[in-house]
Amino acid sequence: MKDAGHLFRFAGLFVVAFLVFLVVRGYVVPKTFGQYGHYRGAAIGEIAQHPVKFAGHQTCEGCHSDIADTKTKGAHAHVNCEACHGALFQNLPAPPQPKGTLYERFVALIVPPPPPAPPILLHADDPATVVPTKPDTLVLCVRCHTASAAKPKGFPQVDPTVHMGGIPCETCHNPHSPAIGSDAGQGAAASPAPGGAK
Amino acid sequence: MNISRRHLLILLPAAAVAWKYVEAGEPEASPNYQMSEHWWGMLINIPKCIGCGNCVRACQTENDVPDGYFRTWVERYHVTDTNMTTPEVISPDGGKEGFPVAQEDAGKYFFVPKMCNHCADSPCTQVCPVGATFVSPDGVVLIDPTYCLGCAYCVQACPYGCRYIHPTKKVADKCTLCYHRITKGLTTACCEACPTGARQLADLKNPNDPIHEFLKTHPVQVLKPQMATGAKAYYFGLDGSVR
Repeated sequence: MKDAGHLFRFAGLFVVAFLVFLVVRGYVVPKTFGQYGHYRGAAIGEIAQHPVKFAGHQTCEGCHSDIADTKTKGAHAHVNCEACHGALFQNLPAPPQPKGTLYERFVALIVPPPPPAPPILLHADDPATVVPTKPDTLVLCVRCHTASAAKPKGFPQVDPTVHMGGIPCETCHNPHSPAIGSDAGQGAAASPAPGGAK
Repeated sequence: MNISRRHLLILLPAAAVAWKYVEAGEPEASPNYQMSEHWWGMLINIPKCIGCGNCVRACQTENDVPDGYFRTWVERYHVTDTNMTTPEVISPDGGKEGFPVAQEDAGKYFFVPKMCNHCADSPCTQVCPVGATFVSPDGVVLIDPTYCLGCAYCVQACPYGCRYIHPTKKVADKCTLCYHRITKGLTTACCEACPTGARQLADLKNPNDPIHEFLKTHPVQVLKPQMATGAKAYYFGLDGSVR
């Protein structure tokens, strides 16, 4: 029986090593690892924290209901505001980061965390500070409406060199309801321009 | 072996600390969003795409995608009737600024918007050695940038070429299906910016989502179905020449 004591001591060593392993693992493995699967569950929430830049047409229509009403009558009814106006935001200076615990700073030394997304201010949150610039229709409209055999046949297409000759599109067309006649731009032409929509 | 009082005093606190971490508490859930109620996908209507590049620019703006890298891009296929198997495919700068004018009567042209297919059985998540990329419970393939080593194994594994190594963060990056937007009730930036409705976010678990009516009445296809990835980017009007 005296020799069996060696085995028990050896087993005890394993138990101690296992406990040390559990303690170290407890510190090293993130708390949410394995919550949903073989990954860090908290990462899902962190990804969802990314700032939203495209406010969504519902946000725009909250204030610009007159434009929304104009749009519903025309061919651009289903073109969302930010498809043409872009995301209206400006970047803000990054706030100072908290220093974190000693352990977190130690981990950051080994694995530098990715820099957080810079904070932004949306036009919808502060219309006076974030002022939109009017899109240049000579660039904006031709991006979609330049005639090309690759585009769907039913889509209105023009040859920009023939159709407008450098005159901005909104001279004749109201971009929010582009058909000439009902709610046209200021200088609406009486007859269709050459190279017009096919 | 007799455990002495001294040994017991050493072992018990260690065991207590270990047990605390074994029984780690549940992390907090999002208050207004239940992952179990959603299963996200995307519907891409090829006959509606005009190749304007709005989606590519919107994605780069919304997600701070560096220049020259793409979470979504648009390809233009040119298929001639004499050569159906090797189409000419172009995607200048991801189609961000549109495409050169195509010639009439030179064959069949069409645009194919590409993005992460958010596969249910995604090859990219299966090869990650550290559990940095995963399919979330609501069906979105995501990357944990704090866990990613940047080994690029997933970049090679994706059959659709949807991943890249971020040039400054040095970790894998890809489409998140605008997870920060869809969890707030918004649509993705590419869908928001698409002028023709060629892209539509789809919640396959939501019975009121118009996707169900569309899927019931229209034939759709996924890219590379033979790879059995469980892709959830459904293409309507997809030509057989698309790879």
